[in-house]
Amino acid sequence: MLAKRIIPCLDIKDGKVVKGTNFVGLRDVGDPVEIARRYNEQGADEIVFLDITASHENRGTLLDVIERTASEVFLPVTVGGGIRTTDDIRELLRVGADKISINSAAVKDKTLISKAADMFGSQCVVVAIDVKRVPSKESYNGIFPTDFGTSPEDFHVVIHGGRTDTGINAIEWAKEVERLGAGEILLTSMDTDGVKKGFDLEITKIISDAVSIPVIASGGCGSLDDFYDVFAQTGAAAALAASLFHFGELSVPQVKNYLKEKGIPAR
Amino acid sequence: MKLAIIDYGAGNLRSVVKAFNFIGEECVVTSDEETIRSCSGIVLPGVGAFREAINKLEAKGLCDILKKEAENGKALFGICLGMQMLFEKSYEFGETEGLGFIKGSVEKIDTAGQNLKIPHIGWNTLELNERSNLFNSIENGSYVYFVHSFAAKTDGKNVSAYTDYGSKVVAAAENKNVMGTQFHPEKSGEVGLKILKNFCNTVRHDNFTCN
Repeated sequence: MLAKRIIPCLDIKDGKVVKGTNFVGLRDVGDPVEIARRYNEQGADEIVFLDITASHENRGTLLDVIERTASEVFLPVTVGGGIRTTDDIRELLRVGADKISINSAAVKDKTLISKAADMFGSQCVVVAIDVKRVPSKESYNGIFPTDFGTSPEDFHVVIHGGRTDTGINAIEWAKEVERLGAGEILLTSMDTDGVKKGFDLEITKIISDAVSIPVIASGGCGSLDDFYDVFAQTGAAAALAASLFHFGELSVPQVKNYLKEKGIPAR
Repeated sequence: MKLAIIDYGAGNLRSVVKAFNFIGEECVVTSDEETIRSCSGIVLPGVGAFREAINKLEAKGLCDILKKEAENGKALFGICLGMQMLFEKSYEFGETEGLGFIKGSVEKIDTAGQNLKIPHIGWNTLELNERSNLFNSIENGSYVYFVHSFAAKTDGKNVSAYTDYGSKVVAAAENKNVMGTQFHPEKSGEVGLKILKNFCNTVRHDNFTCN
């Protein structure tokens, strides 16, 4: 039976993990390779590296991190952040990434998705979609929204970390990226991200029902039940978390044991 | 002992090489006939589409080389698309002839009418045929990592492992010295590395599974 995947995400800046980590005895607390290895030992199903380095000049450090990870961690590794062209993708795959995740660049030029799928195969193309609820038309009184919408039209794709509303309907965009050849969708709700009160079950369910490719839920998990809920109540194939694991609030084995106890297939 | 990792310009060979290196095996990425002939075993990786991959193999003359080597009894191990190419034909984007080492064809995964996501991505369990040397000391029910939309259809006697995805999906197949896994052993953690070690052991000792 296919297991629901638990995926730790490491934010990386200039080759170092930026958020704190709870692992004891690390030689270098910020070394992504060492942290990836620890997650591997803990039974993580995949590793995601999100590069938040502002400039493109330091790309070499990221490539080095990926290459070193691929030499000792035999799990699928996804890399996102700052990917703009098929050359960027080729370079990451060449040093050992298994999948790449594209976000803003796909919104700005959707042919990047189809080009990447044609050149490297859909299996390595993850499209990250950041969504945010916008005030529903009915509730907008001209000055302040009195209510945030929950109908499918009220979920928009946002970029630049949620600061820019593209006006694109998130559900339609999810179907579009599938049609263009994406192999998976990494769905982050900007409404729940960082709040630790649970994944956005509503949009996760709507989008995982709307597409036939796997959806990775992201943003908002704060407890064991949040992981259970996203798998029990939506069609999500995987759940991604960052700080929750890094700060040791929960560990990967804890989450997996809990899921197994509750009858959710986990590795 | 040295392994030839077949380079035909498709897919990421690096993780396969790194995995073999990690378990202490020497390998060379090549498409050169002499080099392939000088190696003890051959690994055929691959991601992407069947027809394009077969065409690339053909363009480099590798189909004939692989056939010659396999007929001479050299161990050949296909991974993912590389495993699919070991079969007679595929129905991905029309019918395409494969290498024909194992009887059967490659077809869209049959989810038996269940509402399951395609591609089949992620960790799924193995249901093992205990005779297979490839799975020596691997526990039944072990998880391995899959990424595919198409799967082999073949006679049960060629199947060394199944997985369950709506229907029984072929996870590994073999015919004497030719074998392959639909899943990625190089991405399947400890279990995957153990399977690669088992392959190397069969190469070293020529003890191929009898069907």
